[in-house]
Amino acid sequence: MEVPILKQGEYLIASVQVALSDQDLLALQQRLSALTGTQEVRGVVIDVTVLDVLDSYAVRILRMISEVLALRGARTIIAGIQPEVALAMVRLGLGLEGVETALDLEDAMEKIARRGKSRSPEGRSTWPPLSRNT
Amino acid sequence: MAAPFEKYLEPLAIEGERDIVSARERVRDAARGLGFSAVELTLLATAVSEIARNIIEYAGHGTISLRLSDSGRNPGIEVVAEDRGPGIENIELALQDGYSTRRSLGMGLPGARRLVDEFQIESTVGKGTRVILRKWKTSTKAA
Ligand SMILES: Nc1ncnc2c1ncn2[C@@H]1O[C@H](COP(=O)(O)OP(=O)(O)OP(=O)(O)O)[C@@H](O)[C@H]1O
Ligand SMILES: [Mg+2]
Repeated sequence: MEVPILKQGEYLIASVQVALSDQDLLALQQRLSALTGTQEVRGVVIDVTVLDVLDSYAVRILRMISEVLALRGARTIIAGIQPEVALAMVRLGLGLEGVETALDLEDAMEKIARRGKSRSPEGRSTWPPLSRNT
Repeated sequence: MAAPFEKYLEPLAIEGERDIVSARERVRDAARGLGFSAVELTLLATAVSEIARNIIEYAGHGTISLRLSDSGRNPGIEVVAEDRGPGIENIELALQDGYSTRRSLGMGLPGARRLVDEFQIESTVGKGTRVILRKWKTSTKAA
């Protein structure tokens, strides 16, 4: 089942709708990195609210997405990890260190809006703009 | 004393990566039927996901059987994952955080063990592996 990806401004929003198999996760990773190359994309939000399990494979893929996009100057926000899922991840011994997270999609959009406005030198140094003409 | 696991459900064949998703859904449904809390369901489903993936990854295929205990005061579920794959040479190592023979995270077995109340593993090189997970509605393990 393909995860729908919407473009909203300079961000891609991937909203996971059903449980994902390993292949689905891998396909999502590939699509996101391909799209980040072809469009004016500053980052992606992956909404995982509906996922009731994030096991070691899923965590590995989410980390990989974040790392690959970071190398291309784009931002990754994982939104909507449920409280039980967060607990299971901690017990499993797998966190998402270094990966930006948000409470839900709304929170993620707020984070983007806030960052979008910050044009201060500090803001730039932590997150350089993708294209020259911004 | 916990009641025995008297109800055996039809074993689930684990033959492809899609079956990992089916296995965690199946165990979730079964445990929900016993009245497990959302947290306990998620911990168990996550453990099953790891064990099922190991079957696919290392043995190619196998089965996952569920057994329920719901006559006692504290209902429980037993998950038996079996395969006739290559087996594990050094179980003690395999249970250590970060140990992986395929350069993965090596968190599957030790993580699954931490997610359930009881964990057993038997493995014979050349014969196969059996992992047994047990979880009780009221966890018998300190959080
Ligand atoms: N069913 C199995 N048959 C044969 N070997 C297994 C089986 N399950 C686990 N192993 C062995 O035990 C090691 C540790 O397993 P574990 O699930 O903890 O880590 P992993 O599968 O290597 O990595 P991860 O699960 O974090 O992606 C594996 O690398 C593998 O060598
Ligand atoms: Mg594993």
